Amino acid sequence: MSDAPSSASVVVIGAGIVGNSVVGHLAELGWRDIVQIDKGPLPNPGGSTGHASNFIFPVDHNKEMAMLTLDSQRQYEEMGVNVTCGGIEVARTEERMEELRRRMSSAKNWDMEAHLVTPAEIKELVPFINEEILLGGCYFPTVSAVDSLRAGTIFREKATGLGALQTMANTEILDIETDRGRVTAVVTDKGRVEAEYVVIACGVWSPRVARLAGASIPLTPAVHQMIDVGPIPILQESGKELAFPIVRDMDTFMYERQTSGSMEVGSYAHRPIFHSPDEIPSIAEARLSPTELPFTEDDFDTQLEDALELMPEILSQAEIKYAINGLLSLTPDAMPLIGETVEVRNLWSAAAIWIKEGPGTGRAVAEWMTNGYPELDPHASDIARFYPYARTDHHIRARCAEHFNKTYGIVHPREQWASERDKRLSPVHSRTAQLGAVYFEAGGWERPHWYESNASLVDHYGIEDRPHEWDRRWWSPIQNAEHLAMREKVGLVDLAPFVIFDFTGPGVVDYIQRMTVNNADVTVGRSVYTPLLTGSGGFKADLTVLRLGEEHFRVITGAFDGPRDKHWFRSHLPEDGSVHMNDSTSAYTTIGVWGPEARNLVSSITDHDLSNEAFPYGTTQAVDFGSINARLFRISYVGDLGWEVYVPTEAGRLMWDSLWEAGQDLGVVAVGAGVYGTTGRLEKGYRLMGSELESEYNPVEAGLARPRVKDHDFIGKEAYLSARDEEPAAILCTLTVEDHVSPRDGIKRFPTGREPITTPDGGRITDRKGRPSYVTTAGAGPSVGKFLLMAYLPPEHALMGNDLAVMYMNELYPVEVAVAGSTPLFDPDDARMKG
Amino acid sequence: MRSLVCIKRVPAPGARIVLTDDRQAIDAKHLPFTTSPHEECAVEEAVRIKEQHGGTVVVMTLGPAEAEEQLRYAVSVGADEAILLATDGADWDPQATAAALAGKIGELESGDGRFDLILFGNESADAGGYQVGIRVAHALDRPVVGGIKGIDIEGETMVARRETDAGFEVYRLPLPAVVAVKEGINLPRYPTLPSRLRAKKVEVTSSAPDHTAGGLRMLRLVNPPEVASSTTLLGQGPDAASAVADLFEELGLL
Amino acid sequence: MSQVLVFVEHQEGVPFETSLQATTLAGTLGDVSSVSVGACDVGGAARHFAIEHPILFDYAPEAIAEALVQLIGAESPSAVFASGTERGNEVMAHVAAVLDLPLATNVTEVRPVDESWELTRTRWGGSLLEEASLTGPVKLATVAPHAFEVSDASGSVDAETFEPDLPEDLERTRVVERVTISEGITLTTAPVVVSGGRGVGSPEGFGILEELAALLGGAVGCSRVVTNNGWRPHSDQVGQTGTRVAPNLYVACGISGAVQHWVGMMASKNVLAINNDPEAPMVTKADYAVIGDLHPILDAVVAEVKRRKGL
Repeated sequence: MSDAPSSASVVVIGAGIVGNSVVGHLAELGWRDIVQIDKGPLPNPGGSTGHASNFIFPVDHNKEMAMLTLDSQRQYEEMGVNVTCGGIEVARTEERMEELRRRMSSAKNWDMEAHLVTPAEIKELVPFINEEILLGGCYFPTVSAVDSLRAGTIFREKATGLGALQTMANTEILDIETDRGRVTAVVTDKGRVEAEYVVIACGVWSPRVARLAGASIPLTPAVHQMIDVGPIPILQESGKELAFPIVRDMDTFMYERQTSGSMEVGSYAHRPIFHSPDEIPSIAEARLSPTELPFTEDDFDTQLEDALELMPEILSQAEIKYAINGLLSLTPDAMPLIGETVEVRNLWSAAAIWIKEGPGTGRAVAEWMTNGYPELDPHASDIARFYPYARTDHHIRARCAEHFNKTYGIVHPREQWASERDKRLSPVHSRTAQLGAVYFEAGGWERPHWYESNASLVDHYGIEDRPHEWDRRWWSPIQNAEHLAMREKVGLVDLAPFVIFDFTGPGVVDYIQRMTVNNADVTVGRSVYTPLLTGSGGFKADLTVLRLGEEHFRVITGAFDGPRDKHWFRSHLPEDGSVHMNDSTSAYTTIGVWGPEARNLVSSITDHDLSNEAFPYGTTQAVDFGSINARLFRISYVGDLGWEVYVPTEAGRLMWDSLWEAGQDLGVVAVGAGVYGTTGRLEKGYRLMGSELESEYNPVEAGLARPRVKDHDFIGKEAYLSARDEEPAAILCTLTVEDHVSPRDGIKRFPTGREPITTPDGGRITDRKGRPSYVTTAGAGPSVGKFLLMAYLPPEHALMGNDLAVMYMNELYPVEVAVAGSTPLFDPDDARMKG
Repeated sequence: MRSLVCIKRVPAPGARIVLTDDRQAIDAKHLPFTTSPHEECAVEEAVRIKEQHGGTVVVMTLGPAEAEEQLRYAVSVGADEAILLATDGADWDPQATAAALAGKIGELESGDGRFDLILFGNESADAGGYQVGIRVAHALDRPVVGGIKGIDIEGETMVARRETDAGFEVYRLPLPAVVAVKEGINLPRYPTLPSRLRAKKVEVTSSAPDHTAGGLRMLRLVNPPEVASSTTLLGQGPDAASAVADLFEELGLL
Repeated sequence: MSQVLVFVEHQEGVPFETSLQATTLAGTLGDVSSVSVGACDVGGAARHFAIEHPILFDYAPEAIAEALVQLIGAESPSAVFASGTERGNEVMAHVAAVLDLPLATNVTEVRPVDESWELTRTRWGGSLLEEASLTGPVKLATVAPHAFEVSDASGSVDAETFEPDLPEDLERTRVVERVTISEGITLTTAPVVVSGGRGVGSPEGFGILEELAALLGGAVGCSRVVTNNGWRPHSDQVGQTGTRVAPNLYVACGISGAVQHWVGMMASKNVLAINNDPEAPMVTKADYAVIGDLHPILDAVVAEVKRRKGL
């Protein structure tokens, strides 16, 4: 009924839990002139919030998701809309019991109360359950259900009360206007609103709205089936909305949740059913709400039987009163989509967010918009994480189809995708395939992880296999054998997924200096490894900068962070056009050559002087191999002598063949990313973005602070300087596992990463900022003969020789601090690679 | 008692009905399908009669293959057998529908014995023809009453009640008979999990009847013109009470 | 012009408005002969037949239809109309079945084209229209209520008595008993209907609606959601599958205004919507609206009405 205001500082599109929490937090952070628009009525505009099950199981293996969920639950509690009822994940299989033990470790990590319970104990908590089919369960007393519609109203009221918000319901978005890549206005059926910022928070409609501005929000609306069964006397007699714990029947991918007198039964077990954002019915056309689509009962048959088996006593009599195919948002990797869109400046996404993480994510988005980066690292939720290929409908649907049934699945930390493979192939792919490469995906590329052709090396080096199937999964003893062969002779590594940016122009020195912590204003031909920081001094990226000319810098970063780093660089380019950025990733391929024989190998096919004097460590030179124009960079991520060899992509295979042929007499082996990314790196104590490095830790804590700080200003400098002045709250350490034998099974076990580091008796360790100690990377150290873990420890624990424990599958294994700080465990003086 | 209930599969539209481009049908892309509400009650009534007097309930529909969904739903709430008279999807006119139903009923009765009671909904939710049940009754030469909101079986007699402004009027029909009921005769039950699973396994007998078109032929569907109206806002919240009372006085209600 | 028969429903000789509407349409297609069970004064008809038979002392659709069939045989009209009421539709369906002729119910417009008709009729209780063609030697149709303004009906004619020959077994479908249950105001006769939807929230929530209805001398109605939830009896339901009402004032409390409900109350002379959603269809279609949570509003309205009534 109200007309649109002519301008706003920010327009938030969507009035579900996400849009509401965004406006609430923006207002709290001082934003004014916020306009919120939804095409539906309030308080329930007809999106996914309106039909959500509204329960929160806070435990998650993923730290970011666990933290977003915990923060959300706290916010719901503060608003008085959080009802704690407890929840149980029940196991019908031994495999699931093992998974529940793993969840105990995650619960320990994020400080969530959890108890393994017997079938009899489950029966006490849920008297109508058929405990005879269960092996046990995991009970989480803090599981709760929330009133997300009420919470949304409270958020809006808070913002309105601050005089910050005008909400326009029943208003259609017709267009989003941009000017030179920057958002300028939102056009609605009630008028045009000029806006400095626009946030798209309209759930399943987000891709459609983003497209109006030429931006992409890679999600697909997908069906989640729910039925409501009742009335059920024992539930009615409880007189409560939620008198019994919510049950997640993990092996059937279902849940049973009381809603007063009836039971809601929901499923993630049915076939993936996707809809196009363009085909969601309008409010007027829909029978219920636009996101409550007709129930397709054939898809639910098996689930009915499973539910009956679990709760026969109450579900056999009660009637099915309501059944829907509810729409929710799925993304290719099942994580939310937050942050500025990569296509349009000041156009933000807050999408693919479920009830359980809504308010926390809303806060993160608001902080990000206000402070340049949120307090909680949004690394895995950052919408910039996707390469263009991963933004296609084809990719989105294929990946969502694959992971939908894993919503309650048991997903191995190293698990690889089955769909959408062979989409980005290295120029040497045919060669690595001939060598029996087992490929893992890296940024969409097929990257060899180990080579079956090296299987004979396992016996040669006497590598032990791992006795437990879980520990062995997505792993091979060949990785360790390749590691030792490289250390002994020389290895070739296919590094095609490397992401390469070239920066040129008159403003480039100032620009690069402003981005990097370490001094990048080096002489031409030299390089610098450097973190990039957020404004508050946490890690945003770590990468290598090569100076190729007075006004030419080349940045090389990893496949997993390439798109995020690209957006970070792009969004900080000077407005005056004095710096040009080019993504050269597809122009060059990279081959690593490392090992004691590396110099002999490379020298044998070029006349170029590769001696230590002529080509010192950390420098780069153009080198011709026959008619191949290559660039060599003397660096190593694995701790051995050698080079990264950059050649035009079209010459990649010829380069590989030349190196391979030349290496035959020198014992060359193809070496996979298992060595490059884990074992070689771990022995050298090298840190990895997304594992050790995240925005909640700073370079001092990570042991990456240099003795001097450059004069030039850079992002995060102030925070970095103050971090240097205080004692670090945590220190990144390398630990060794001292005994692998499981107290329960008597067999050797090998952690996979993200397990809690505890005191020897299992006590939780946190630093003075409240951050828990957990394994950031786990892997073998074949050359040091130990299994290695990296973890941040508070200073009092970060002492060489200190005895601690790692909690793996709910059991404790003794560990010892081997290194506190960044000194490599293997070849601490770097003599091998600098010689 | 052996009862037959004839039902119709219809879409369940929202606040605005959208037509297909050729205007021959409602665009049901996003709509659930259901049984006409009166007929849902007819199924429930037949099941209740069965529960009280014993017997069987057969449910039958003339419609597209997808109408099996409605037949199975009827089975899941208590019907015993399901029969589909399959069409190619287009709606049949009332004469053609009645002829096909009556033909099939004759066939069924010659095999398995007569239906003591044949129930219809008073009118379908979509076409609203008000006549198929009556045509079938005449074809079978059986008594029929419509608009019924109460049934009692007393031996070979059906006592049927129809609501009026002042109360209700009562009919007494000898069985076998036909009745067209209205929503409100009962509150239909929903299926349970076990009954839904059972219904999945019931065999639906399907046949394709001959189509002899009658004299009423649908040409196209049309959305009625939207009535432009202006709403006078009397106020927000309880403060509007005085304005509301003024309106009552203006209309002479106080 | 050809003769067009109109079956007229009446109460003690006074024709129903809906029957006069049917007569109006029939008048555009031919000379109207009205026909009723017992005598009835229908203005505008050229002839009037009063059916007289001992069986017909109370409503008996099958027998009335048989009488009409015999009259059709005797008079050979080109068309027969009735109103699209419960009885009109039922009687005409019997006529159509006996004669094996097509019947178009709830017609809103007729366009003769050569020997056949093109017509418009309602579907979905009036929320959708259908254009159809109707053929047959005698056209049979019922007229959608309120689709036509009754034209000035002048003059009256002497009734011609028609005594059909009705077999005794037609008594099998005659009303044998009438039971009066509700004294006082009913939904269909109430000048005010105070109606509640999902927004009322609970069976107890209807208490304040009952209080307001009593103060205004009206009746309480409800939407289909309410009866499906078991909050109110089905006899209170206003809508396509419930009762259709046309009061002086319809107060819609917490009713969104879905098609199913709207068609049951769209004939109301005035509509007041009380709803917290200013864009709900009921609000935008209503004559008057109050926006906000309905319970505090109704409490205040009841208090104000009581004050004005000196209660």
